[in-house]
Amino acid sequence: MENTNKRYWRGLEELRNDEKFVKEARSEFSDGPTEGQYESLVDGAGTHRRDFLKVLGFGMAAVSLAACEAPVKKAIPYVNKPEGEFPTIANWYASTYAEGGDYASILVKTREGRPVKIEGNSLSKTSFGVSARAHASLLGLYDNEKLKGPKKGSDTKVTWDVVDKEIVDQLTKIAAQGGAIRILSSTILSPSTKSVIADFTTKYPTTSHVMYDANSSSAIVKGNELSFGKAVFPTYDFSKAKVIVGIDADFLGTWVSPDTFSAQFAETRRVSSDKEGKKEMSRHYQFESILSVTGSNADYRTAVKPSQLGLVAAALYNKVAAKLGGSPISAAAIDVPNLDKAATELVAAKGQSLVVSGINDASVQVVVNALNSLLGSYGATINLDKPANYRQGNDVAMNSLVDEVKGGKVAALLLFGANPVYDHPRGAELAAALPQVSLSVSFNDRADETSSLLKYICPAPHYLESWGDAEPVAGSYSLIQPAISQIFSTRQAQASLLKWAGLASDYHEYIKAYWRKNVYTQGGTGDFEKFWIKSLHDGVYDAPSTTAASGATFSGNLSAAASGIAKKYKASSTGIELTLFENIGLGNGFHANNPWLQELPEPITKACWDNHACISQKTAAELGFEQGDVVKVDIKGKAVEVPVIIQPGLANGTVAIAIGFGREKAGKSANGVGKNVYPLAAFADGYLTFAPGEATVSKTGETREIAQTQTHNTVMNRKSVLQETVLAHFQKDPMAGRFVPKIPTSDGVVDATDLSLWNGHKYKNHSWGMVIDLNTCFGCGSCVISCQAENNIPVVGRQEVINSREMHWLRIDRYYSSDADVEDLRGLEIASENPEVTFQPMLCQHCNNAPCETVCPVLATTHSSEGLNQMTYNRCVGTRYCANNCPYKVRRFNWFKYFDNDNFDYHFNNDLGKMVINPDVTVRSRGVIEKCSMCVHRIQDAKLTAKKERRRIVDGEVNVACASSCPTNAITFGDMNDPESRISKLLEVEKEGRAFHMLEEINVRPQISYLTKVRNKDAASKAPEKKEHA
Amino acid sequence: MNIPFRKDAKFCSFLSYSKTFIASIALAILLSVPSLIYAQDSTAAAGAAPAGGGDAAKGETLFKNNCAQCHAVTDERVVGPGLKGASGRHDFAWLAKWVRNSQAVIASGDPYAVKIYNEYSKAQMTSFPNLSDDDIKGIFAYVDQAGTAAPAAAAPAGGAAAGGSASAQGGGPSDLFVLVLGALVVVMLLVLGVLLVIVSLLSKAVSGEGEVVEKGDFMGRLGNSLKRIASDPAIRSATIWIFVLLVLKATLDGAYSVGVQQGYAPKQPISFSHKLHAGEYKIDCNYCHTGVNRGKSAHIPSANICMNCHGVIKKESPEIQKIYTSIENNQPIEWVRVHNLPDLAYFNHAQHVNVGGLECQNCHGEVEKMEVIQQRSSLTMGWCIDCHRKTEVNTKDNKYYDKLVQLHAGESKEALKVADIGGLECSKCHY
Repeated sequence: MENTNKRYWRGLEELRNDEKFVKEARSEFSDGPTEGQYESLVDGAGTHRRDFLKVLGFGMAAVSLAACEAPVKKAIPYVNKPEGEFPTIANWYASTYAEGGDYASILVKTREGRPVKIEGNSLSKTSFGVSARAHASLLGLYDNEKLKGPKKGSDTKVTWDVVDKEIVDQLTKIAAQGGAIRILSSTILSPSTKSVIADFTTKYPTTSHVMYDANSSSAIVKGNELSFGKAVFPTYDFSKAKVIVGIDADFLGTWVSPDTFSAQFAETRRVSSDKEGKKEMSRHYQFESILSVTGSNADYRTAVKPSQLGLVAAALYNKVAAKLGGSPISAAAIDVPNLDKAATELVAAKGQSLVVSGINDASVQVVVNALNSLLGSYGATINLDKPANYRQGNDVAMNSLVDEVKGGKVAALLLFGANPVYDHPRGAELAAALPQVSLSVSFNDRADETSSLLKYICPAPHYLESWGDAEPVAGSYSLIQPAISQIFSTRQAQASLLKWAGLASDYHEYIKAYWRKNVYTQGGTGDFEKFWIKSLHDGVYDAPSTTAASGATFSGNLSAAASGIAKKYKASSTGIELTLFENIGLGNGFHANNPWLQELPEPITKACWDNHACISQKTAAELGFEQGDVVKVDIKGKAVEVPVIIQPGLANGTVAIAIGFGREKAGKSANGVGKNVYPLAAFADGYLTFAPGEATVSKTGETREIAQTQTHNTVMNRKSVLQETVLAHFQKDPMAGRFVPKIPTSDGVVDATDLSLWNGHKYKNHSWGMVIDLNTCFGCGSCVISCQAENNIPVVGRQEVINSREMHWLRIDRYYSSDADVEDLRGLEIASENPEVTFQPMLCQHCNNAPCETVCPVLATTHSSEGLNQMTYNRCVGTRYCANNCPYKVRRFNWFKYFDNDNFDYHFNNDLGKMVINPDVTVRSRGVIEKCSMCVHRIQDAKLTAKKERRRIVDGEVNVACASSCPTNAITFGDMNDPESRISKLLEVEKEGRAFHMLEEINVRPQISYLTKVRNKDAASKAPEKKEHA
Repeated sequence: MNIPFRKDAKFCSFLSYSKTFIASIALAILLSVPSLIYAQDSTAAAGAAPAGGGDAAKGETLFKNNCAQCHAVTDERVVGPGLKGASGRHDFAWLAKWVRNSQAVIASGDPYAVKIYNEYSKAQMTSFPNLSDDDIKGIFAYVDQAGTAAPAAAAPAGGAAAGGSASAQGGGPSDLFVLVLGALVVVMLLVLGVLLVIVSLLSKAVSGEGEVVEKGDFMGRLGNSLKRIASDPAIRSATIWIFVLLVLKATLDGAYSVGVQQGYAPKQPISFSHKLHAGEYKIDCNYCHTGVNRGKSAHIPSANICMNCHGVIKKESPEIQKIYTSIENNQPIEWVRVHNLPDLAYFNHAQHVNVGGLECQNCHGEVEKMEVIQQRSSLTMGWCIDCHRKTEVNTKDNKYYDKLVQLHAGESKEALKVADIGGLECSKCHY
């Protein structure tokens, strides 16, 4: 029974029929923990009969003792209950996540005064959903390895007063002698912080401020300066674009502001099966070296070696210029697929097209600007008048700062939210020179790679303990307010700077004054106090826009740019080129000590807890590499040794390694995980490039297992899990690509769902369900972390992921599809060079005819009257029959006690880390099954609120953690019994269209539906037909 | 001999059955009369309330959540003045201004405001800027209604409150109790008589036979017969079995009671008496346990709540001094937790008290009579489930339940019980 004209495969292991894969496919669970793997009897599982009897005897004794006297528990009330704080009732505060240029306007949920969850702020016009990293930043608040007070040298007992006095004395002396004072930071989004730095500079006039970004976009700013005389990073509007070309810009995954871009892009990808509904989609071309999240969602993707990417931009420009009458530039001809097609369609969609490039090369950016200018994108899809501030780093200034430090010209260095020794290619040089700086102070929260070399660390609190503001895009402001009182003896960097400048050090008052003077005056209405309170409440303030987006006249020097490109890019190269990319979870690695992010599988490779050398199949075969071989990647004498992942879709002759790993002084979760590849990056024309050129790659002879999740759970060879079509077919028939299983009976052929053993359930009150749109799910993984934070899901660590015992309730399955014809059985055995990729969030489907429920011997999993499949941990005895019988493989077994267990030394193993636990959800103990509960605690809470107010629940009042985090609103949750709910209306339209149940033929009737993926590809010459073959 | 007796028995039982039946009906009617009257009163009052311009039902919730901590609906002075007749003393605009920001009214120099401010030793009233006009109207509608109803309702013992199913027994158990007790005594006497007859018959039979077999004193004969009984294998094995089963039962019962702390009444750090506060002074539970209508926890009152009254009352008492010490040292009072649910069970006070309309006494027993607080209910899952099976859902005036009530009425003639709307499902309490 086969539904589509496609075959899907989850990894190369499946195509190769690897021994391990076959073994894991056969059994639901991999082998139990081996003997001696864990020492502790109670925490481990290698139990002998005698040990079992011992535990049994001890247990019985404990029970009888417990019966004698129950432990005395205390009930401790407040001394003075704060007004507005009610124990067990959550308070929400609007705040802002602004770390190193990453931005999200957020709501912080606090319980009894401690933040437990981060959600997106729907009032924001610049931020959509919450990324995985912003979600996980919550855990950073409870990081036990931060400094607990100021530190001088190795002295952690020093007081703030002493530190202040010594630093002010030295600053005064340095300023008097005219010594250079430098403040080094990553991108600062906060206008008031910049004002603080300006005030500090007034006091110490030899100060200058240098910003740099580890993942730099400095050349884009430069490119705009060269092209339009405006040194800005423009705002893009993907939602207005009909044709989008991305040249090495992972705008849905990691590039600059992916959440915003995803939300805009999703608007152009959303289609409806309604007769009057939207049936148009944007078309997206991607030219890139690695297989990025953006590339895997592109309609047409072309893999290009890094050394040719610049030529792609030039060639595309020439092709468009030829059609629109622009002046051509001289560039080496390059022949890559889809280039002509992209050019033709860009021209056809003139004024509604957009070309973006993430290449940090001013020449390429100038050509791309010229291209956009020809296409009339400025004023339509690109706005130079409303610049974005996400990346303000200046590579050139940073480089000269390193030279200054090396030359001993810097007398004082203040380090603010940056870690250049780790994340700058010249980090080693800096590390050697830093001890010469006479006064060096870090505001970082821990003694990291750079801070540990400095004389003072004046730790700043986490942003959830701080005041602050941000201006992510010109005219859009947002505020940061503390959601908890300070945990350690820390002080905000701004307060320190103000204090040292001899000013009042109350930064809160400072921001307020700054806003009164600079923000309130931009169209603030009413009394300032009211304006301030409202802004704090809303979290955001958008100044009324004064100017409409206008076009821009390109005035750059194209021939100079062309020669710049010609110098750096070659039409053909034979060597293995290195390219570095950003991991979607860890980002630039500044906040790497976060076990949630370390365990988030990278969307494409599905690997975690390591970085790898990704190599295409062809190249790996040529070099004789197997997956897991540790290879040495050497470029100009700098080398790292990392294991190989064979990655379909990667450009041949390229090796790609993720940045953000290999921290040495970040903490237990990050230290020694992966290898630091920043030193391998290089500079071209003064700009940081992640494509440093050709490298030698050689086997070391060692192998290392890779913690990869995708092939762990098999769907038992049932391949009708994904349903997809192309736009042209969808326009003709909304049911295109759908698979409707039929079963022949004595009464003729009937739908598979017409036959049932069961009577079904009646839902009188609510019927909770979900619809997941595969067309707008880009696989970013923010829902995975949101679910983990909401439901107290433990972190299991690298070894347990290798043992396929990860605990995520929600996973995102990544499928590659074979481009061979479905009849060509031999062809299907060969993995595609450039496969199409589909992402599918997979969680408990809450089946109405749930296979798990019928096999549980103790009724630990049952069905509710509201459509939920309930899991009762305290009833579960751990037979795992349910997981065995689950067709979707979404049930997780607690092999270990993951809290208070030194074998799992993450946040559940210390008191501070445990503060992140959501008090409404049970922390599961060892030996029970767990799975998605459809956030039943949120449902119950919303129902109670409605009951207290004597009304029905309003649609949208309750949302599940995954749906609320999604930047693109790919997940719709609601009550299917409420005819007015969004989900009912959506299903009404899509019932006879794109909505399908996964594995419909087994008739388990899930409460969760998926909507078919529609690709905006040209229809294949062969008409799609529903095929049936054994 | 047996047959007529049986007939008799049948007749008797029928007679007694019908008698009990009639009696219980009469009792039920008697008991329900006051509540019927009360119900009529309350509907009448509720009907009259909208004329006053506010939703008294909504007002009640608002009052209990926001005002009841400091104000009574009667003339009684709690922290602030009793509110009876307040709506008559002032126009609505003045009242609304006062509720939203009393300090502003005082600052404006309003003579009555200043007078009352000084009279209550310049204690500031919390401002409620978020209450709408309708909210405030509702609150005063409720105050007027409750203020007039209160004296009438106060008459029945224990202040039988609205609709509590458990409190229905409150009026009449004494009669029933005496009746049952009497019946029991009669039965006991009968049993005693029968036993005496059996003993005398048996001893006669034994002595009769004994005379034939052997002679000896009574003790010797008894000893011999006991020996014979002891050596009988059937009796011996029966005894052993009975013993084993009894031990087994005791063990099982014991195991089931592990962790059940019914009757737990630990010594508290401050010898606070609920009997005094809730019983004698009739302070509403909600006054101190402020969370009971809002959320999961009912809240153990923070020390500042104690100070609302003890700032002036009985300051010198050594027990009260402990609260002062706590506040001075900024060290919270560590009460011993009496009602401990396991972490795996989710219980929410607001659901039961606010939505379900249950009285605190339903689960906590007669707290107002407890010198030391004690766990009265077993708090086992069986106990929860049992109540969910028996209790009717408080659907009155709650739109949330309208559809369910309607559907249920179509399917069943029974009242809508908690169990009918999923009250027995696992994930109502375990997640």
